[in-house]
Amino acid sequence: MSTPVTKIPSRFGYASGLACRECGQNYDLGAQHACSECFGPLEVGYDLAPLTREKIEAGPQNIWRYASLLPVPPDVAATPNTEPGCTRLVRADNLARALGMRALWVKDERGNPTHSFKDRVVAVALAAAVEMGFKVLACPSTGNLANAVAAAAARAGIRSVVLIPADLEQQKILGTAVYGGTLVTVDGSYDDVNRLASELADTRDDWAFVNVNVRPYYAEGSKTIGYEIAEQLGWRLPSQVVVPVASGAQLVKIDKAFRELSALGLVADADCRVFGAQATGCAPVAAAFRAGQDVVQPVRPATIAKSLAIGNPADGPYVLDVVRRTGGAVADVTDEQIVDAILLLAATEGIFGETAAGVTLAVLRKLLASGQLDPAAETVIINSGDGLKTLDAVASAVPAVTPIRASLQAFAELESLRAATAGAA
Amino acid sequence: MSVSVRIPTILRSYTGGAAEVSAEAGTLREVIAALNAEFPGISGKILDDAGKLRRFVNVYVGDEDVRLAQGLDTPVQPGVQVSVIPAVAGG
Repeated sequence: MSTPVTKIPSRFGYASGLACRECGQNYDLGAQHACSECFGPLEVGYDLAPLTREKIEAGPQNIWRYASLLPVPPDVAATPNTEPGCTRLVRADNLARALGMRALWVKDERGNPTHSFKDRVVAVALAAAVEMGFKVLACPSTGNLANAVAAAAARAGIRSVVLIPADLEQQKILGTAVYGGTLVTVDGSYDDVNRLASELADTRDDWAFVNVNVRPYYAEGSKTIGYEIAEQLGWRLPSQVVVPVASGAQLVKIDKAFRELSALGLVADADCRVFGAQATGCAPVAAAFRAGQDVVQPVRPATIAKSLAIGNPADGPYVLDVVRRTGGAVADVTDEQIVDAILLLAATEGIFGETAAGVTLAVLRKLLASGQLDPAAETVIINSGDGLKTLDAVASAVPAVTPIRASLQAFAELESLRAATAGAA
Repeated sequence: MSVSVRIPTILRSYTGGAAEVSAEAGTLREVIAALNAEFPGISGKILDDAGKLRRFVNVYVGDEDVRLAQGLDTPVQPGVQVSVIPAVAGG
């Protein structure tokens, strides 16, 4: 007769090691992100302890309620961090009606500390990096990650170093600089900045580049989006989910989260079809999907959706695996469709999403029109961040207004003018 | 007439710890072959069994990702920097 063994978590929770996603080679937990054999990306593997819904529900109102599913110490909730997560899952009935859908939800990531989902992945990277003895939190970024890293480092009392393309939106640059860390703007695309960061990571032993040398830990943070969706729907999976694709990591990890919950018996076995959304001006994964290929050819990005402007997405092939396995798809939409979608989301639900949210909603519309998405099936779309950080995109789409004098008469004249213009339209 | 090749940490065990080595100019394929002659086994990490660039390796000739140029046929002029970097992206 055997007695059940209680698993004891380590400083990395129930994480048991790293494994190469390409060749399967195993490694001990540490600051390694690429396989020594084939350069493939490494992924955190777990020996998970049994978990109940009650145990999760008793946890804090942030991502650490799922700490036992992440490579972080058991006492992580007590460490200085920005406490991201538990963002709203908004039932978007007005939007659903406008699209002819029965049940549509928006997972609104604006609710995070720096108003994007990046706070989640940074929190996990930081917790793991501290355990590994790193002294500096760093990253290359298209903007949201920069904000998140600078803020998280400030809260944790450590130095941050952030590299961004010089042509990023002003809101994103200021929204990083304000935290007082080191900010470097680079003349080049995000791919150039990313490359520089990869080379720098090789030369600075105590700098944790969250999405480079500690990437396997960082990426796990996106699973919490999936966990929350399931918990918020009453411990079940949606039928369809549409996720914006930059590197592809978020989409892959949301699927991983759903599969983990299923394996743990926390949700009933059900299939969730996963769909990826890209901008036509940077759609290497969508192109590979349409061509039925496994290999993603890099492109040079040219789109207003700057946060998705990654011409060489490292998780591209894995996105293809997930969407094909689940019966989903990856599609792309034009900049004009993106802006229309941002305005639609704002007008129907009062949610001002960033350009990536416009991409996601526009792809939802496109796939509904093509019949690839079922309008009757319960669907979740991800609003990855705040429109206030991508104001340039909507600046020309919102009508210009001329100020009136402060008089009742001036107001009445304006109303008549607008009524006449609307009538003529 | 030589070019300079930056070696990522993962491959430095082949180059005796050197982060930067030289090779004769030519196409990228020729440069890799020359490196392999001097540091046996290194090309097996960069190229797969079919002799193609491995999926998760990025190679830059100057500032250009060779996949956006002529791949392994990309010419490497004397004095140009070649960089081999494991692929990561996202942020």
